[in-house]
Amino acid sequence: MLGYYATTAISSLRRSKALAALMVLVIGLGIGASMTMITIFHVLSGDPLPGRSDQLYAPVIDPRPLARDHSESAEPDGNFTWPDAMNLLHAQRADRQAVMAGGAVPVRPQQSGELPFYETGRYVTADFFGMFKVPFASGHGWRSEDDESRARIVVLNSELNRKLFGNTPSIGRTVRLKNADFRVVGVLDDWRPQPQFYAQLNGRVFGKTDQFFLPLQTAQDLNLDFNGRMSCWDSGGRTSEHCVWLQFWVQLDSTAKAEAYRQFLGSYWREQQAHGRMPRPAHAHLFGLMDWLTRQHAIPDDLRLQLSLSLGFLAVCMINVVGLLLATFLRRGGEISVRRALGARRWDIFLQLGVESCVIGLAGGLLGLGIACLGLWSVRQRPDGYAQLAQMDASMLFGTFVLALVASVIAGLLPAWRACRIPPALQLKTQ
Amino acid sequence: MSHSPLIASLSRHKLTVCLLVLQVALTCAIVCNVASIIGHRMAQMRLPSGVAENELALIESISVDETANQLARHDADLATLRAIPGVSMVAAVDALPFSGNNWSNGIALVPNGPALTTATAYNGTQDAMHVLGMHLVAGRLFLPEEYIPLDAAHDWSGINHVPSTIVTRALAAKLFPGQEPLGKVIYPGDGPVRIVGVVDHLLRPTLDESEGSDYSTLFPMLPDTADVTYVMRTAPQDRERVLKQAQKVLAGLDSNRVLRRPQSFTQMREDYFRRDRTMITLLLSAALSLLLVTAAGIAGLASFWVQQRRRSIGIRRAVGATRRDILRYFQTENGVIVGAGAVLGVILAYALNMLLMQHYALQRLPWLYVPVGGLALCLLGQLAVLGPALRASGVPPVVATRG
Repeated sequence: MLGYYATTAISSLRRSKALAALMVLVIGLGIGASMTMITIFHVLSGDPLPGRSDQLYAPVIDPRPLARDHSESAEPDGNFTWPDAMNLLHAQRADRQAVMAGGAVPVRPQQSGELPFYETGRYVTADFFGMFKVPFASGHGWRSEDDESRARIVVLNSELNRKLFGNTPSIGRTVRLKNADFRVVGVLDDWRPQPQFYAQLNGRVFGKTDQFFLPLQTAQDLNLDFNGRMSCWDSGGRTSEHCVWLQFWVQLDSTAKAEAYRQFLGSYWREQQAHGRMPRPAHAHLFGLMDWLTRQHAIPDDLRLQLSLSLGFLAVCMINVVGLLLATFLRRGGEISVRRALGARRWDIFLQLGVESCVIGLAGGLLGLGIACLGLWSVRQRPDGYAQLAQMDASMLFGTFVLALVASVIAGLLPAWRACRIPPALQLKTQ
Repeated sequence: MSHSPLIASLSRHKLTVCLLVLQVALTCAIVCNVASIIGHRMAQMRLPSGVAENELALIESISVDETANQLARHDADLATLRAIPGVSMVAAVDALPFSGNNWSNGIALVPNGPALTTATAYNGTQDAMHVLGMHLVAGRLFLPEEYIPLDAAHDWSGINHVPSTIVTRALAAKLFPGQEPLGKVIYPGDGPVRIVGVVDHLLRPTLDESEGSDYSTLFPMLPDTADVTYVMRTAPQDRERVLKQAQKVLAGLDSNRVLRRPQSFTQMREDYFRRDRTMITLLLSAALSLLLVTAAGIAGLASFWVQQRRRSIGIRRAVGATRRDILRYFQTENGVIVGAGAVLGVILAYALNMLLMQHYALQRLPWLYVPVGGLALCLLGQLAVLGPALRASGVPPVVATRG
């Protein structure tokens, strides 16, 4: 029966080609625009570290003095002071923990005559590599003894390694960063988690990668340049208790441990208060990685606005299609009432018209898929860091059709319901 | 002629009419808000930076050797750059509008007092204001004896000792509304700083949504950081060549440095607003598609109604209605529906604006956008209905006798 309905649907659509084409076009535009944005969101809100992210947490404490004016934000930004980060690192109360900060240094190529160039990387502590399951192509990270002894060692990401050493093995060789020589102990296998979740999140965290990693204490020792946002409320410089700029991450293997760690953070806060620091009410937070990304608005506001806009567009398109479907169904009042007079139940009429709107929906979905692919292509031409991630995958492909079908069925419901209430044969009299 | 048959006929298509009204209202609400976002972004892109944008070539130099006397190095670099043919003036500065490199201080009016606002600190060598082509609207330039080093090595402590400052008009108005700013004292650091001059504009290195995009202070402090930007004033057509030469002579003078971002000011401005341009294109196409879809929907439904009512139109024609009457009938009908949609749309537009302001850093919808948006939609409706209405007016009276 459904096959028969599909045939009648197509033949009835043929009769009003222009209107049918308009409906398919409108559904296609709506689906295409919204699927472009939904796909981008799907890709950008993906898990940067599958399999590990549910054990990673960002602790948040607030070392700022009591608020002096209303202009500062009530929420702490999640950055740590040097003393707090070091205290928590050395407390070793999590399964793994690491302190880190962004850095930028001039790299001096071995060949004389070539100008130095700037490279961005990260100053980290030993657990960083194990905690984030960083993949090594060769070599390894370092141990916490190396942190304490301010070892001059560096781990390179594949791009910088290639730039400096080509394809020759580089473990044990020397890189000159700013004014100091560093021994290469490890080379990463092109590690680029998206977004760069462990950094300060500022809406432009997609597309960035760190090209080198070296011990944080060594960087502090050599006074290497910090790269990022630092906010201070008093003088004393970056190792003082008045400047927040460091990120601190912990790995906790179970929720029980996470709860225990939260308790520990609270007691640390109160202990500091006993020493006259951290005067704000002790209220420590511990955010899971995915939670943290959402809270920090890792996805740029512009994109969220675009998503809302595309959904609004889809809504207008759907209302439009409902109106047009209603018109086409009611125009066939005569035909419907004859069918009802010949014994068709309301349900039959409803099903027939439902199938018709599904046919339109499928055609619109196909068109929408094409438009979405075109839309994603145009997004990939944008200069933003997330642009290259905008790719259609199997689940989104399937999602497009589901959305198109669901949308067209919903759009067809009201008109079909209205049309199947046409009384049998009454229409015949007026013809 | 009364329009009661119009209302009667509309009430026979309640559902369709409601849908159309809803669609017009949603379109109106979205388009008004989109237009306001576009308007705001365009206004931001057109903000005057306060410098001679077309004549500036920039290059950033970062010395790797931090122990050297940076002031002496900058002087040597400046002398070399000045010798490039086509360069009329050069200066070293620590930041520029759109450079992204922002050093802001809270500005208080009493020692250790609460900050009224924050303002960007711009520092440069003695010629900087000339080179940048800034417009002094009151007061004087800095005197040579007022210049001190920035003292970046000691936590930028120059800010605590600097004697004078030149501020933007916007900042002066914020700090001293309705008063003469010249001679007033502000506290950007620990010590008092006297305002000696006012410039018309100087945008901050990064713009934000607040009204403070033009809150800047200039200080007579010489950049003594390893990282400095050289600004060369040159004719617009010479900028490319001057930049190439500058790279060459600077690398020749001292190769132990990183040269970054050789570019014209125009280029820097374009890069700064690249995302906004993408966003504007996107918003424009979204608004146009919305209007197009709505117009198509109106036209589709109207032509359907015309077909459905051919007999009634024929009868009306037969009993004396002119073509004009029929045309007017459909136009009025459309006007009523779209008008109702536009009225509902006005309310929705404000509701949507409230919602957007809550979730994104967006501005209040300027009131002018709403009536203009509503009128535009009514006009669009009239345009969309014109085709079907003309076809309706072409229905001959003889149709009444058929069927």
